[in-house]
Amino acid sequence: MIGDLLNATVLIGIASSGIQLATPYLYASIGEMFGQRSGVLNLGVEGMMLMGAFTAFYTVHNTGSLVLGVLAALMIGALMGLAMAVISVTLQAEQGISGIGIYLFGLGMSDLLFQKSFSQIVTVRGFPTIRIPLLSEIPVIGEVFFEHNLLVYVAFALVPLAWFVLNKTTLGLKIRAVGQNPQAADTMGISVARVRYFTVTLGGMLASMAGASLSIALLNVFQQNMTAGQGFIAVALVYFGSWRPGGVLIGALLFSTVNALQLWVRTKGIDIPAEYASMAPYLLTILALVFASKRVDQPAALSKPFERGD
Amino acid sequence: MDLSSFRNPRLYRLIDPLLPLFATLAALLVGAVMLLLMNANPITAYRALYEGAFGSKNAVADTLIKATPLLLVGIGICISFRGGVINVGGEGQMIVGGLAATALALELPETTSPALALLLCLAASFAAGAIWGGIAGALKAYFKVNEILSTIMLNQIAIYWMIYLLNNTLIDPLKAQQASRIPETARLPRQFDLPRIGEWLDTLYKWLGLVGPDDKLWATTLLHLGIVLAVILAIAVYIFLWRTTIGYRIRAVGKNPRASRYAGIRVKRYVVLSLLLSGGLAGLAGGIQVMGVRHRMSAEGGGIAFTGNAGFNGIVAALFGQLHPIGTIPASVLFGALLVGGNKLQRDVQVPSALITVLIGLVIIFVVSSELWRRRRARRRVIVTEAGPPDRPPESQAMEAGR
Repeated sequence: MIGDLLNATVLIGIASSGIQLATPYLYASIGEMFGQRSGVLNLGVEGMMLMGAFTAFYTVHNTGSLVLGVLAALMIGALMGLAMAVISVTLQAEQGISGIGIYLFGLGMSDLLFQKSFSQIVTVRGFPTIRIPLLSEIPVIGEVFFEHNLLVYVAFALVPLAWFVLNKTTLGLKIRAVGQNPQAADTMGISVARVRYFTVTLGGMLASMAGASLSIALLNVFQQNMTAGQGFIAVALVYFGSWRPGGVLIGALLFSTVNALQLWVRTKGIDIPAEYASMAPYLLTILALVFASKRVDQPAALSKPFERGD
Repeated sequence: MDLSSFRNPRLYRLIDPLLPLFATLAALLVGAVMLLLMNANPITAYRALYEGAFGSKNAVADTLIKATPLLLVGIGICISFRGGVINVGGEGQMIVGGLAATALALELPETTSPALALLLCLAASFAAGAIWGGIAGALKAYFKVNEILSTIMLNQIAIYWMIYLLNNTLIDPLKAQQASRIPETARLPRQFDLPRIGEWLDTLYKWLGLVGPDDKLWATTLLHLGIVLAVILAIAVYIFLWRTTIGYRIRAVGKNPRASRYAGIRVKRYVVLSLLLSGGLAGLAGGIQVMGVRHRMSAEGGGIAFTGNAGFNGIVAALFGQLHPIGTIPASVLFGALLVGGNKLQRDVQVPSALITVLIGLVIIFVVSSELWRRRRARRRVIVTEAGPPDRPPESQAMEAGR
């Protein structure tokens, strides 16, 4: 049965669904990466994703407008990011723990709102698949890369964009400076707080989009705890990708492809227990973390609150 | 000894332990606004919450039963956080602890004496949790893997492992033949039930003359030995952390790993140890859930259905108890009460009990945010002490003041 895997249609299917499944990771991880590069570890991504997923779903269900759905998700994400920024930057709280607080808040709140507004599980009409003209005609590559919904394309476009912002703009330089050496950045006249507020709020918006990409594009339903740990993996992927957009992309793709493979194994009922296949991504992450730790590119000020010395 | 606190304005010492209480009040206030938005009367709702938690002896028993895993996970968190290690793997550690107790109970011969059976299973659950935590500890100490991330990954791995084992190896042979195939074990033999303590309590009450000789007060409740064990362990952990050398070293490593290394403490070893112990206590919580409450292990509803999110909520209880094992006792009861009361809230006022999760999240956020004031005061304390006796080096004063 493993032989089935070598079949072209199966391979294309797995690759294509790998690309799709990478989408939420990309949004969340790129957003988280900005926060971490500026020195803030936001562990509340999972909660923000859930809130984004619900908000987008609710808006689309009630207005039928996908644009409004995305806007609503961005807004709630910005709010939650702002809250995290207040907690971690202004109030200088322990970031790991406050992130767990944000997670529990989002987990409970999205569930609460869902139960209050829907009496049963319903679906919405999400983002349709857009076949890119000409490119989607290319055999194999067309099917794998150019037959997705809009949010998938945007997610992948974010990667070079994030790279450009981080490495080629003044803003990016400020972000890196604040994450590497906040004291020096402060002396140079960069407002550490302002930069971190910006990155954490952006991270919240992108985490929220990650949730939306599940609820109004990939699955088109909302269920309580529907992200099932993806937000936490997104945080790990930032370490995996050693705080670089390209690394995050590779991590996200690797992870999602293993996931797609795992889903395929599941449907085939192959003798590899599906649960072991499901474990694989997590084991892989731990292994990746072991290797990632050998490198020294972790932002020096990661998860350390900054306070001006006297 | 923390001499500097003697120079503190008395007010601060009063307020300090009250901060978590303010945090809870603030969370309840936000909850009240949310209830209003949901067209529910906050007073009615909170009354339902209170009655659900303390309104009857069954409610009180339920609250204590729910508090037990929170307390066990919480005192483990006290150890790890004091040791400077953030263990968010309570969920996974509870699950492997539960699995170990279950597997052993199914393997041991039926003739095993109850005392031995209980002891072995509890030890197995502790050991399994300790291994699960120790993995993260070793990864942190020797491979510099962030323990927050590794414990979260280990949580997921434990969940899938549980689902696998309960669908295959451990599944009740009878259920395996049925079409529905509920992924759960058979009910464990009776000698693996943690004893109920209701009758003992009633005997105590009668002895104290609080109830008549034929009254049954607690005997009808499901209250089991777990809470007693947890409280004893909380006291033990307090003694361990503050009255033994190993405990002192754990705290020293948490306060200042570099200074500890210069003082000759093997920092890495103590990082592993604190996660080992922390995981072991969470594993024990899992074992006690199996042997005291459910008497079987079930994978239905996934990981959260088994742990009741206690792996995370225990962190809240510990933070609330100022990372002090004794303080964690009332904190666990409080959060146990919130969880039990939440069910009544859902029944009586039709407000989903997810509200409780929101409130707990808010409590964490408020508690950690209020730490800023505590730190600011600690620094003020340093400034005060620096003007003190000149014969002590300022570093040691700063370390003490940071307590």
